[in-house]
Amino acid sequence: MEALISQALYGISYGLLLFMLAAGLTLIFSMMGVLNFAHASFYMLGAYVAYQISSWLGFWPALVLAPLALFFLGAAVERWGLRRVHKWGHLPELLFTFGLSYIIVELVQVVWGRAAVAYRVPPELDGPVRWLQRYDITFPEYRMFMMAVAVAILLALWLILTRTRIGLVIQAALTHPQQVEALGHNVPRVFMLVFGGGCALAGLAGVVGGNAFVTEPAMASTVGAIVFVVIVVGGMGSLAGAFIASLAIGLLESFGKVSDWSVAKLATSIGLAVDAGTPGYDVLKLTLSQVAPVLPYLVLVLILIVRPKGLLGTRED
Amino acid sequence: MLAFKPINLGRWVVWGLTAVLFLLLPAYFNKGFSLTLLSQMGVTIIFALSYNMLLGQSGMLSFGHAVYSGLGAFFAIHALRWIGAGTLVWPTSLLPLIGGAAGALFGMLFGYLTTRRAGTPFAMITLGIGEMVFAASLMFPGFFGGEGGITADRAVGAPFLGIPGITFGPQVQVYYLIAAWCFASIVAMYALTQTPLGRIANAVRDNPERAEFIGYNPQRVRWLMLILSGFFAGIAGALAAINFEIVSAENVSAIRSGGVLLAAFIGGAAFFFGPILGAVVFVFFAVALSEYTKAWQLYLGVFFVLLVLFAPGGLSSLILMNLRVVKFRKFRRLRDPYFGVLFSALALAFGTVLVIELMYHVTLNVGQGPAIRLFGMIFDTSRAPAWTFAGVVIFGAASAFEFYRRRFRQQWHDVQREIEDWVRDNP
Repeated sequence: MEALISQALYGISYGLLLFMLAAGLTLIFSMMGVLNFAHASFYMLGAYVAYQISSWLGFWPALVLAPLALFFLGAAVERWGLRRVHKWGHLPELLFTFGLSYIIVELVQVVWGRAAVAYRVPPELDGPVRWLQRYDITFPEYRMFMMAVAVAILLALWLILTRTRIGLVIQAALTHPQQVEALGHNVPRVFMLVFGGGCALAGLAGVVGGNAFVTEPAMASTVGAIVFVVIVVGGMGSLAGAFIASLAIGLLESFGKVSDWSVAKLATSIGLAVDAGTPGYDVLKLTLSQVAPVLPYLVLVLILIVRPKGLLGTRED
Repeated sequence: MLAFKPINLGRWVVWGLTAVLFLLLPAYFNKGFSLTLLSQMGVTIIFALSYNMLLGQSGMLSFGHAVYSGLGAFFAIHALRWIGAGTLVWPTSLLPLIGGAAGALFGMLFGYLTTRRAGTPFAMITLGIGEMVFAASLMFPGFFGGEGGITADRAVGAPFLGIPGITFGPQVQVYYLIAAWCFASIVAMYALTQTPLGRIANAVRDNPERAEFIGYNPQRVRWLMLILSGFFAGIAGALAAINFEIVSAENVSAIRSGGVLLAAFIGGAAFFFGPILGAVVFVFFAVALSEYTKAWQLYLGVFFVLLVLFAPGGLSSLILMNLRVVKFRKFRRLRDPYFGVLFSALALAFGTVLVIELMYHVTLNVGQGPAIRLFGMIFDTSRAPAWTFAGVVIFGAASAFEFYRRRFRQQWHDVQREIEDWVRDNP
């Protein structure tokens, strides 16, 4: 039971991290119609910048400064890159961010090398959560902090979007950009802010995720594909759908990784004889932990068959 | 009914010249390295053209096209092993058919899922399917060979048409096999663009709703195109398997999928022949340039982004636009600005490459000491002069480039406007 709870907590913390990425990606997508292929690269960049800043000033300044740096970088990318290709349609925009992801991963290798860097959890958060230990549940304090940051940021995001003036302008610009422009708001600047904000969110996810996992040049591509799965499964452009999907995929990953169940074992336990001679034994003997890397994609395929527009999606394309 | 159909002479000349070129290339490029380069170009041309059946002709941006070529390659290499073991009787020269069939089969399977959506969701779903196949390829070492991949000997089959000596062992024979398949595939894919299916695919790309109104199911059109595209990708994969005699999980990876996207786009997705050009440039980057520098992917990425920003039609659109200027006899006015822009851009590229190589040397070649040899000069990365020199070059070149760029831009727009006015007034 204790192991189950700690596993669930691992899954939720990973899911919340995914949602920080998926939220920015969804906002940018539903507002500008641009799928930001470089989103996971900004996540990686956030981790590396935080590593650099934390080696100079410590972790806490990095927690603020790295997302800020990513905000300005994202805004600059929108201002001088995306806005340029916008007039040629969505495809060049997507290709632009695709090329950007190529460049970012190479530049990271130029500056920080090809091996993983030693970006560590701050010492004051290094250790298990004490009050959970009383119930025999071992769970790292840093993961708890990660969840707190994610929840706080997402709450703030929700408040900004629904309770502030700029939030209302953003919401209006999502559906009626011309009307908003006619009312005297600078819609391109709103786009720039949203893109920068999405990148800052990705950067923040990198700051808190980089030391919980590994900060290396491959981290963008491993997370990037999963985040895409999350927003397709949740339904393109739906924040609530993305939330459900990221938690589901986070839990799936954490439980899948530790389970040693396989079809063969299941069959043996109900009395069927399954051994190396059974046809398809190669597939049957695979344990759940071995197929864990494929699970999110299987969910994607399943959703596409059952409900092509995603869990809470409303648009067909 | 009798209809007079004149022979399209120009078309026969173009195809004939292409065939002759394919035949004669090894006469000049007969060294081992250039022959390998040519063989890879042939494979990449088929692959990039098959990719453009999706991107250019049907408006589907795929991030997982390596799935079809890679799985085709795996089936081909297993067939090659069976040929070697004597369990399968099949000529090596027709191995690409097996790869193509596998590619089409998986196109049918995965395409049924991916083509249910179009546009951006299609792109993301293909990425997911690609990642799934890649992850699965590491789970089944029996078929995919795990980390090491599957190897085979390409010279095991019976001699081609019974002619002794033609076993596809020597590289030049492999080149001619690839060239023959490449030529046949180009012809077939070009012919496909002229069929009703090819035309309706264009319609689905431009306006799926109207295609639906005239009675076509866009989903089905996309699916058919994906199956056919998978077939040609499988051919490319099988040829790659014959060429390298090894197929590993890397063949189905996102790196391959991204590479073919770059190749097709760099050449120009809007024209049938664009990806051919793109494949040649891409192989140059990936094979020739990677011999000299570790940063080739960075240069490729920067090149790609510059194209997206300034010439979204790719290299072929650049060439065609300049040819149009030449045709209207206005190139003389662009000549001098071109000189300025190109020379300052070259200097700028030189300075940037210098900085990147110096930085790469510092971060990656720590053990080799601070000195590095670049462009025939020795630079000491531990001392200031190397960096100052690079900085001065970049600053000077950037200022010159900005100056010439403005002049060029002015001239270019004037010339284009004049041509467009003339075309409008003389329809």
